[in-house]
Amino acid sequence: MTGLRALFQPHRIVLMLVFAALIVWCALSLRWDWIPKYAPLALQGLWATIWILVVSTVLGFLLAVPLGLAQAVGPWYLGIPARVFCTVIRGTPLLLQIWLLYYGLGSLFPEYPWIRSSELWPYLRQAWPYAILALTFSYAGYEGEVMRGAFSGVSKGQLETAKSFGMPRFTIFRRVWLPQAVRNVLPTLGGETILQLKATPLVATITVVEIYSVSSRVRADTFIVYEPLLLLAVVYMIIAGLIALAFRRLERKIPT
Amino acid sequence: MAELLEMLGLSTSAELLSLRPPGWGYNLLRGLANSLQIALGAFGLGVVIGLFGASGKLYGGKVTRDLLAIYTTVIRAVPELVLILILYYVGTDIANKISSAIGGGRVEISGVVAGIWVLGVVQGAYATEVLRGAIQAVPAGQIEAAKSYGMPAWMTMRRVTIPAMMSFAVPGLANLWLIATKDTALLAVVGFSELTLETRQAASSTRAYFTFFLAAGALYLMVTLFSGVVFGRIEKWARRGQPSLRGGTR
Repeated sequence: MTGLRALFQPHRIVLMLVFAALIVWCALSLRWDWIPKYAPLALQGLWATIWILVVSTVLGFLLAVPLGLAQAVGPWYLGIPARVFCTVIRGTPLLLQIWLLYYGLGSLFPEYPWIRSSELWPYLRQAWPYAILALTFSYAGYEGEVMRGAFSGVSKGQLETAKSFGMPRFTIFRRVWLPQAVRNVLPTLGGETILQLKATPLVATITVVEIYSVSSRVRADTFIVYEPLLLLAVVYMIIAGLIALAFRRLERKIPT
Repeated sequence: MAELLEMLGLSTSAELLSLRPPGWGYNLLRGLANSLQIALGAFGLGVVIGLFGASGKLYGGKVTRDLLAIYTTVIRAVPELVLILILYYVGTDIANKISSAIGGGRVEISGVVAGIWVLGVVQGAYATEVLRGAIQAVPAGQIEAAKSYGMPAWMTMRRVTIPAMMSFAVPGLANLWLIATKDTALLAVVGFSELTLETRQAASSTRAYFTFFLAAGALYLMVTLFSGVVFGRIEKWARRGQPSLRGGTR
């Protein structure tokens, strides 16, 4: 167990003791009495954060695949729009995109009676569809660029072999091209998913209730400043650690 | 010009964006200036922190290395928005403690200074990793040669390590600069009047959301594209005298 021995070097033990003392001090001398009251709300917020993260990553990835393909091998009338989309998304702040969609579309839609009478209207009046849309576009924009590199990185010989076996084009894509492209960029995707997690608190600014907005509410209600923020930071670190762990497992499962 | 705008149905937008008082153009540009000021300061502070962090991670003692590992890991795992709030409160608390210790009253911290401090600390963690990788890419023989000539550590850094690592560091630093410009938008949440907040104020008082948010997006995009050109030049300069990556004679 070399990993364990590396952990128990003398200076690390001292550091760990210092941190343990710090945690005990935090637990004893800071105020945590607000936790029981806000725990149900916090759990609800945590669930919302994870839900937003998963939905926007999956949808964003599904959108990133055609964006990457269009840029890598598509004709110019598909490649250029895809490139412009990625540049615009990556060149402007996410907060601005979220506000543009929420306030912009939100002020535009009510002017059309047919939208107001449609069945989608109850959803369009809420904030979360705009949050999901903005986060999906953002993930797709960043990942479209990653997938462009991934698709052009798969060696030509592989695709030609598949073709000479007589595979139809979609089968080649499904069995050879996409799996190899994804495998090559899996570490990047893991990093980008953590970046996406770190982008989710921005949707709190358009009144979506997730874990960050719960902590803001605690601060506003009780005037306690540091404790909710520290706990929030720990929660995000745990989620980021879990994502990193999941991707590492996935990477190990895939043969190289 | 006016007729062309009229024809395209953009005359109201042009009026709203004009630089003189009925229009909000001046406010947007003022916000952009604030954003760029904070981004420049934060990027500079981040690079300085990164240089110290990278040397600490590579040449420092065991404790320094572990503490720096905690710094970079924690900063990169927690959302910038949360870090901004924590660092903002910690920063104002420390400033007030120091000021009361030396007998002063409550200090009012300017938004620009606070913004540079919080974003600089965040940037420092990323810059540490970028610069560490770049220093590691410098052939060890060059640094050892400098040491064997008897150069002090700082002179080795200034004359050998930094010039030699520049070409490896520039792409990563360019990326960090783009992140810095976009992260200034987060300061809108804590109420600094940078471009995004100015835009929102203009938009909500005129109800012309699309006009203003698209205009601000165009401003950000211009900054991004212009930075890309500038960093391309810098990279070319940092790479001078080195064999091209694409092969060939030049």
